[in-house]
Amino acid sequence: MIRVTGLKKHYRVHKRPPGLKAAIRSLFKREYEIVKAVDGIDFFIAAGERVGFLGPNGAGKTTTLKMASGLLYPTSGEVTVDGHTPQKRENDFLKKIMLVMGQKQQLMWDLPPADTYELNRAIYDVPRPEYTKRLKELTELLELGELVGKPTRQLSLGERMKCELAGALIHGPKVLFLDEPTIGLDVSMQVAMRDFIRRYNEEHGATLILTSHYMDDVAALCPRVIVIDKGALSFDGRLEDLVKRVRPEKRLTLRFSTPVPREQVAELGTVIKHEPNEAVLLVAQASMNAAVAKALATMPVQDLNVENPPLEEVMSELFSRSRAAREAA
Amino acid sequence: MKPFAAFRAVPTLLRIGFAEAVAYRAEMLVWVFATTMPLIMMMLWTTVAEVAPVMGKGGRQWGSGAFIAYFLSVFIVRQLISAWAAWEINFEVRQGMLSMRLLRPMHPVLAYAMSNLAYMPMRALVTLPVLAILLVTELSRMTTDWRVWLLWPLAMLGGWLITFFANVAIGAMSFFLDSSIKVMDVWLAAFFVFSGYLFPLELFPEWLRVAAQWMPFRYQIGLPVELMTGQLTVEAALPLLGKQFGWAAILIVLALSLWRGGIRRFQAFGG
Repeated sequence: MIRVTGLKKHYRVHKRPPGLKAAIRSLFKREYEIVKAVDGIDFFIAAGERVGFLGPNGAGKTTTLKMASGLLYPTSGEVTVDGHTPQKRENDFLKKIMLVMGQKQQLMWDLPPADTYELNRAIYDVPRPEYTKRLKELTELLELGELVGKPTRQLSLGERMKCELAGALIHGPKVLFLDEPTIGLDVSMQVAMRDFIRRYNEEHGATLILTSHYMDDVAALCPRVIVIDKGALSFDGRLEDLVKRVRPEKRLTLRFSTPVPREQVAELGTVIKHEPNEAVLLVAQASMNAAVAKALATMPVQDLNVENPPLEEVMSELFSRSRAAREAA
Repeated sequence: MKPFAAFRAVPTLLRIGFAEAVAYRAEMLVWVFATTMPLIMMMLWTTVAEVAPVMGKGGRQWGSGAFIAYFLSVFIVRQLISAWAAWEINFEVRQGMLSMRLLRPMHPVLAYAMSNLAYMPMRALVTLPVLAILLVTELSRMTTDWRVWLLWPLAMLGGWLITFFANVAIGAMSFFLDSSIKVMDVWLAAFFVFSGYLFPLELFPEWLRVAAQWMPFRYQIGLPVELMTGQLTVEAALPLLGKQFGWAAILIVLALSLWRGGIRRFQAFGG
């Protein structure tokens, strides 16, 4: 469905230090530097897959999505989406895709979302009965109700995002590029959006690529993740495998009925938090069974919990490792 | 997709654009006030004509009535040939908002054209009182040749095409420049002088009037106004219409070429 081969996007950026002197100098001699936003990445995404695109700020995630949706021209390399070259912007291609950007909107600011939907119906040439059915379905699923009749400017951010998503789906795209779709939304709205997106993928078999800084989005939606950092691909695989690779340990939380000294707890694994009646440890996955058995046998355990480390921690460690590797290089 | 299928969306684009024009009616009225320069020029020139004879091409004398008919016509034409795509494109390219248009299966230039044209009914409404004054006070100075009135919509269309595609060409320059609004300022300065907006081209010295014939500006305002006010016969108007549509064709090609070249440089900022 989506094939990316040796994809690069390099920008030539004017560079100038601050101040009047530098401004005057730049009138006569401009200095440029090449910024490698995306620097030769390859991947393939099959139809119907849900893939999380992860990376720190400026990693090249959004640039890649913009090339895949035809907004940007690659410096070199190739991207095809369902056999189309996005940069040709063929109507058949544009009817199959949609890019939803949390920080950009297609809804007309001073008109109700219903007008944008009607406009999209006409532009995407959606037959009237199909449009009516889909709009009804989206209105119910996203609980839009009367929102579609209010001017966009009067909607809250969460309401606007829901209406935005409905507008993006009126033509029934087969490929959805979602760039930070839950940015700025409260927790309950984030959950509602995730549920809706998953349901859309399952019911329509749509392919979905998601970038998000909210790891809960990724954990809830994406069995597969692609990690990109400084324009290069550093991981492509199952989310669980990424977690195992970055943090091979699991987190063991123990609560005691009477205090247990730190030295005793440390015999089970690496202590990351210790209080008289509670301890949190990192334990290698292979040693977890033995550590739990030993804790139960030798300590006054009231409650215990084994879990993967939070995804935020995993990603933070992954990105700081790659930063350190770059600095060392 | 069938060829020209995008044109099926045109009625909806116009309808939504009109809804937007209604939403921005106060802003539009303010803009109309900003385009009252022809009415100011009318007062100035009628005063001049009252104290001294103003002679035009071939020794024709311009009296107060002639200036009133001319400048009221200029006001009407200016309202109906307006376009502001240059500002829209410049803003959307710089802010990255053009992305949302590029994702849709419709050429953005067609969408800009429809959005500009959709304001026409509101603008026509504003011109109605001016048209009424013109007809009541200076009807005798308007052309009575029905063949000229048949050419007038054509001249208006040509004038709008020149205005709109000049806007698109200048707007598309923002793909290459940090901002192309200054280019628009230069275009507008030339437009004010050479279009007949501030003074009838007939009052120019011969060499300047000839030079103006080869510029696009006089076909935006001057030609439709001269048709309305009976300064041109059908025979004299036809070659000018040819030149007008020639300029429109040149600007269409230029605008679309700049757009095609520029879109490769679009950086889709933000998001």
